[in-house]
This record gives sequence, structure tokens and C-alpha cells, in this order.
Amino acid sequence: MSFFETRMPYIWKALVETLQMLGTSLLFSILIGLPLGILLILTNKGGPLSNRFIYETLNVIINIIRSIPFIILLFFILPFTKLIVGTTIGVKGVIVPLVVYASPYVARIMETALLEVDRGVVEAYRAMGISMRQIIWNVMLREARPSIISGLTIATVSLLGATAMAGLVGAGGLGDLAYRFGHLRYEVDVMYVTVGILILLVQGIQTLGNRLVARFKK
Amino acid sequence: MIRLEHITKTFTTKKGKVEALRDVSLEVRQGEIFGIIGYSGAGKSTLIRCVNLLEKPTSGKVIIHDQDCTSYTEKQLSAVRKKIGMIFQSFHLLKTATVYDNIAIPLRLTGYSKEEIRRRIDKYVRIVGLEDKLDAYPRQLSGGQQQRVAIARALVHEPELLLCDEATSSLDPETTDSILELLMEINRELGITILLITHEMHVIQKICDRVAVMESGQIVEQGQVVDLFTRPQHPTTKKFVRSLYRDDLQEEFLTSLRRTGDVFRLTFVGDCANEPLLAELSVQLNVRPNILAGQIVQLKNASFGILVIHLPGDQVQLNEAREFLASRGVMVERMGIA
Repeated sequence: MSFFETRMPYIWKALVETLQMLGTSLLFSILIGLPLGILLILTNKGGPLSNRFIYETLNVIINIIRSIPFIILLFFILPFTKLIVGTTIGVKGVIVPLVVYASPYVARIMETALLEVDRGVVEAYRAMGISMRQIIWNVMLREARPSIISGLTIATVSLLGATAMAGLVGAGGLGDLAYRFGHLRYEVDVMYVTVGILILLVQGIQTLGNRLVARFKK
Repeated sequence: MIRLEHITKTFTTKKGKVEALRDVSLEVRQGEIFGIIGYSGAGKSTLIRCVNLLEKPTSGKVIIHDQDCTSYTEKQLSAVRKKIGMIFQSFHLLKTATVYDNIAIPLRLTGYSKEEIRRRIDKYVRIVGLEDKLDAYPRQLSGGQQQRVAIARALVHEPELLLCDEATSSLDPETTDSILELLMEINRELGITILLITHEMHVIQKICDRVAVMESGQIVEQGQVVDLFTRPQHPTTKKFVRSLYRDDLQEEFLTSLRRTGDVFRLTFVGDCANEPLLAELSVQLNVRPNILAGQIVQLKNASFGILVIHLPGDQVQLNEAREFLASRGVMVERMGIA
């Protein structure tokens, strides 16, 4: 039997697992990181809801989580993972640590991108009697779109790197496949193909990101 | 229409308290163009932000149409602000939106219908002269054009008052003039009252009816533009007025002229500008004025002339000449040293 017939199903399955992990954790990281980033901006010194306590607390928590390497985090929060999704293994079991890993990262990206927005524009909209809530959505997030997307592109690529560790809890994925076949079984062909796919994925993500940035930048 | 009463504003910084505004009171009347001039740091930016309460005064009252708005909630303020347009030194447009969207987005957020938005944009874009730029992005436009977009963005809300925060300070002289023309047209044709702050006396000269001079958080002088230009009292006002026409003389030159008489600056306002007063002076008092410098200053509603003359003669003759000129309505000042 040829390589493709015997190994292709594994590779295909691993690709699907990777995309599942990547897609789901990215989605939840944005859902958590975006509001956190906005909260950071609002509570920061000079922000409209300036609150030192909230800002500093968030700031420290984000820094702590970001200091922990993913492979440690994966085991460190096992009880938490169990509490949230009821299991600590498989794709489901790795989504939680991935989200915990990526959310603070996304929050920082949002904060940085939103900080770049010209405060004067915000002032101009306040002067037009437009509410802060509307300004956040229609002015700040709008103007920050190019930076947010280029930041998210970077986050997605590093999240893809983190999914490679998912094999440790039996979640599979391309990274795990390359490790098992390439390293443990010396089937370098599988490893080459897997790495090739990962390269294509990264290229694809980056290209898509760049295109979106260009479109929103105008 | 707008009254500021005893406004003070204190900022607390690491270095301590900074008094940005100290007991500022002024009134902007319906339909006029009121200018506030001051050097940077005089507090004029803080003051203009107190008018629409982007800055809350530490004490004092902001009264708009006889309503004390000082302690309004954000929601009440939002209704007030919709009637007050504001433009800025650096335009503050959305970089990621076309000219059309830059004007339309605030209207959409305010809840106007699509048709109404289109109607208003059509109308006001024509007034600012940007009909053919609707699809352009701000960075494709010149500074003057960007300011026009900002003006259109303010006008589509059909405000009663337009606040201009150094609106021409980042523009070149020619563009400044074209924007000033536009502001005058808006004031005249649409009846929008304008309150502006600037550090350029030229802006006051060209378009303002009344003016207040600010220094270290206080208004040191205010009144009709023509009065301030011809009879400035406070040293800062004098400095601003002199910045428009430099006619100071070098010390050596002045000293040498004073050996044979004295040097005066004459300001002619109103009727006295139409009479041949210097000719009469020489006929009646037999002194022979020598004109050293002269010019006409054109204000929005008036113009006045300035002559720097050397009068030969002794103290008695000079006093006679001064009295003669003063009796005919000319303001006479002894020239100082540059």
C-alpha cells in the first residue's frame, strides 16, 4: 500500500483536529480577550472609567498567565479544565488551556491596538454628543481594526504552535502526529508532510491577515 | 446664548495643583463670532472645552440658553452637545472612513434615517466645497480639505454654535484664509454663532466681532475687536496687537530723531481718517510732520490707519500738536523703543 493510502487518513484527521482546536480556542480567546482589552483601556489612567484597582488587578493577572509556558499551563490548570468542560483529555480538554493561554495575549493586542487610536477622534465624537458605548464600537474598534487584525494574525500563529503540545493530553493534531510518527516511529515522510502542511497553514493565516489589514486600512 | 460665570478649573498633577482657569466670565451673543486669544498654556483650550463640558469646571457655571448645564448628567449633556459643533486643530477624522462616512457615521449613531443623512450631506458638502471628494480617504486630502470635512461633519447636525479649537493653526496662511472665509460664510448665511480660540491675531483681525485676551488662566481684557486693536490696555493685548504690524524703531534712530523733536504713533479710527489732519497741523501750528511709517489695518467690521511721525519742535509745540490731534479724534502715543 502506498504512503498516501496508509497515512493520509491520519494526516487528514490530525489536520481537522488542529483546525478545530485553533478555531474554537481563537473564537473564545477573542470573546474573552476583546472585552478585557476594552476594560483595560477604559480603566487605565486617563480612560473614561479610570479605576486604578481594576486596571492593576487585570494587568497583574494577565502578566502572570502570560509568564507561564503553555506546556506548564496545560497541566497546571487541569482541575479548572475538568470543572469547565468535564474532561481533561481530547480536543475538548485542550481547548480550555488554549483559551486561558491566548485570552490575555489577545487582551494585550486589543489594548495596544486601541491605545493607538487618536484620542482626539474620541473627543470629537464625545463633543458630538455620542455615547461612550457607541464610540467604543464605532470609533475605537473601527479605527483599531488594522492593528487588531495584524495582532490577531500573530496570536493565531502562536496559538497554532501551542496546539502542537495538545498531543500530551491526547487531543491529537498535526504537531502530535509529527512527533509520534516522525520522532517515535522514525517515519520521517509523515513528519515532512505534516510540517509542510503547518508551513502552508502559517503562510495562509499570514496572507489572509495581511489582506484583511490592507482592506481595513485603506 | 452662552454665558460662562466665574469658571475655575484646577488640575491635580504630580507636581501639585495647576490652576488652568481662574474666575473666567464671558458671554457669547447669538450670531456673533467671538474670539479668545492667548499664548499656549493660557488656558484657552480648557476654557473652550468647558463650554460643551468636555471639561467639568471645578467651580462656576456654564449657562446655555439660560439653562445651567454645569451639573447635567452625561445623557442630558449629549442632547446639549448635539446643538454645539466643534472643530479642532488636527481635524480628528476617522482614518479608516471615506469623507462620506466620516460625515455620515455620527449622523447614523444619532439615529437619522438614510434619506435624511444623504440629504444633509448633499447640502453641507456643497457649502464646504467638497462635492467631488466624497469617496476619498482623509489621507488623500490636504489639510484644508480635511478641515472642510470636519466642518461639514459639524454642520450636518445643524448646530447653533460652532466651537473652533485652533482650527487654522496647522494650516498654511493661504489655506487659513480660505477656512476663515468659510467660517464667516457659515456665520453669515447659516446664522451659526462661532466661538473660537487661537494664538494668531490675524484670525481675530479677520473674522471676529468681539475678542477676549487670556493669560495664565484669566481674561485680562475683552471687548469689541476695533477697541482692543486701537486702544489695547493690557501688556499682553498690546503685544498681540503689535505682532500684526511691527513699527517699533531702533534705539539709535529714535534717539537721533528725539534731538530735534519727538516721535509719535497716531491711530486714526472712524471719521478722523477721512480728514487731511497732518496738512492742517502744519498750516495751523506751523510744525512739519515727517511720516516714518504708515499702514491701514482692515478688521472685519472696521478699519483704522496708523502713522508713525516725527514732529520737530520744542516741548510746548509738541504739546500743542498732541492736543490738536487728540481734539480731532486721533489717538497719539509716544513711540517706545523696539
